[in-house]
Amino acid sequence: MAAKDTKAYALFVAFLLCLVCSVFVTVAAISLRPTQQAAKLDDKRKNILRVVGLWEPGTNIDEAFKQFTPKLVDLESGEIVENGPNPAMYDQYKAAKDPAQGGEIIPGEEDLAKIKYKPKYATVYFLYNEDGSPKTVILPINGYGLWSTLYGFLAVEADGNTVVGINFYQHAETPGLGGEVDNPKWKGQWPGKKIYNSDGESALRLVKGGASTEGEKAQHQVDALAGATLTSDGVSNLVRYWTSEQGFKPFLDRLAAQSQPASAS
Amino acid sequence: MSTATETKKILIGPIADNNPIILQVLGICSALAVTSKLESALIMCVGLTVVASFANLFYSLVRNYVPGSIRIIAQMTITATLVILVDQTLKAVAYEQSKPMSVFIGLILTNCIVMGRLEAYAQANPPWPSFLDGLGNGLGYSVILIVLAVVRELFGSGKLLGIEILPLVSDGGWYVPNGLLLLPPSAFFLIGLVIWAVRSWKPAQVEKPSFTIQAGASHAAEAH
Repeated sequence: MAAKDTKAYALFVAFLLCLVCSVFVTVAAISLRPTQQAAKLDDKRKNILRVVGLWEPGTNIDEAFKQFTPKLVDLESGEIVENGPNPAMYDQYKAAKDPAQGGEIIPGEEDLAKIKYKPKYATVYFLYNEDGSPKTVILPINGYGLWSTLYGFLAVEADGNTVVGINFYQHAETPGLGGEVDNPKWKGQWPGKKIYNSDGESALRLVKGGASTEGEKAQHQVDALAGATLTSDGVSNLVRYWTSEQGFKPFLDRLAAQSQPASAS
Repeated sequence: MSTATETKKILIGPIADNNPIILQVLGICSALAVTSKLESALIMCVGLTVVASFANLFYSLVRNYVPGSIRIIAQMTITATLVILVDQTLKAVAYEQSKPMSVFIGLILTNCIVMGRLEAYAQANPPWPSFLDGLGNGLGYSVILIVLAVVRELFGSGKLLGIEILPLVSDGGWYVPNGLLLLPPSAFFLIGLVIWAVRSWKPAQVEKPSFTIQAGASHAAEAH
């Protein structure tokens, strides 16, 4: 027992304790990883379903998700990338920070959404009509609010202009204030809004004191969140960024051009 | 028979008579942070109770082998391991709920209740009573958190567990929510009110003033 006071004994106990604990942590981390990844993927898919209004409690996510086709879009040209990375495996937020995958730093004055990095390719989910023409595209969007980066999806009709819905799947804004971006009632204002004005500029904004209900403005305005000026500005800016030339405008323009003749015939 | 009453005392004592939040005033930080929604408060309660009871149990098992010079580090290591296990499990089974919670689950490690019980109880007691002590303190913490979360979510956003109870004016109802309740300081006020209520009910918990001002003391000082 006298040995208990020695430094060697203390080190020995510390080592043994750490070894046992690390075994526990390792076993837990490895054995739970597949479940965690499945849960994460399901959560993302659920949010894609939500943004187009296809999700209800009890929906079979795997089954419902078969309707969607993920495709990579070159943000600069707006073209669909055919011979690129596998869209199902591609993580655009990781790629944005990796110069080897074409990630770039956004120049400060262009960085409306305050996200610092932009990817070369973005994953867009396509929902098709029965005749095989695109019906809805779901665009990944992110940007900084008050406390956190908000990650979400913006669903747009094939005309490249009409909003189908918006949804954020990850953020840490104040519950009850900025956190109301999750409020179904607020999100309910988005469907039917137009992104671009007659000059082709991104005009969709959150407006304090109530969106106007008449005229051309009403098409582009959504109520800001009460008591959450900074989150509202963040959402406004990130929508503006992702629908601008730096974001998905080239892609949406192409999509609109493709669907025009089809809808005319 | 005496063991049964002893068990009950260890387990029930921390809920009202010796509550870690309202008497010992420990673990306040997480009580402010996670009580704006009942759901996150419940997850936090389960997380903390599991960590507090098992940390006490495991530390008590090895307490006689750990030299005094490294006991705090040993306690932290065991607690950290349990916290990681809870966090990982939560990510696997309740991913959606774990997203906003993860940072607070990680902070269970620094929760004064866990550390306090390890040092004050598990250090000197056998495993089973230590386990009960952790469980009791976890439950004491849980009771306060649930009370705070019910008040804050119900009157702050008109809901309980996300289900609408009081229809809000903004959704066409009649209730104007109190936005202050959604902000962390409101939990401070509520804890203050709970402490007031409990100490009126159990005057034994009222602390003796650490000093009193005697009448005439200033004159005495002047006289010198």
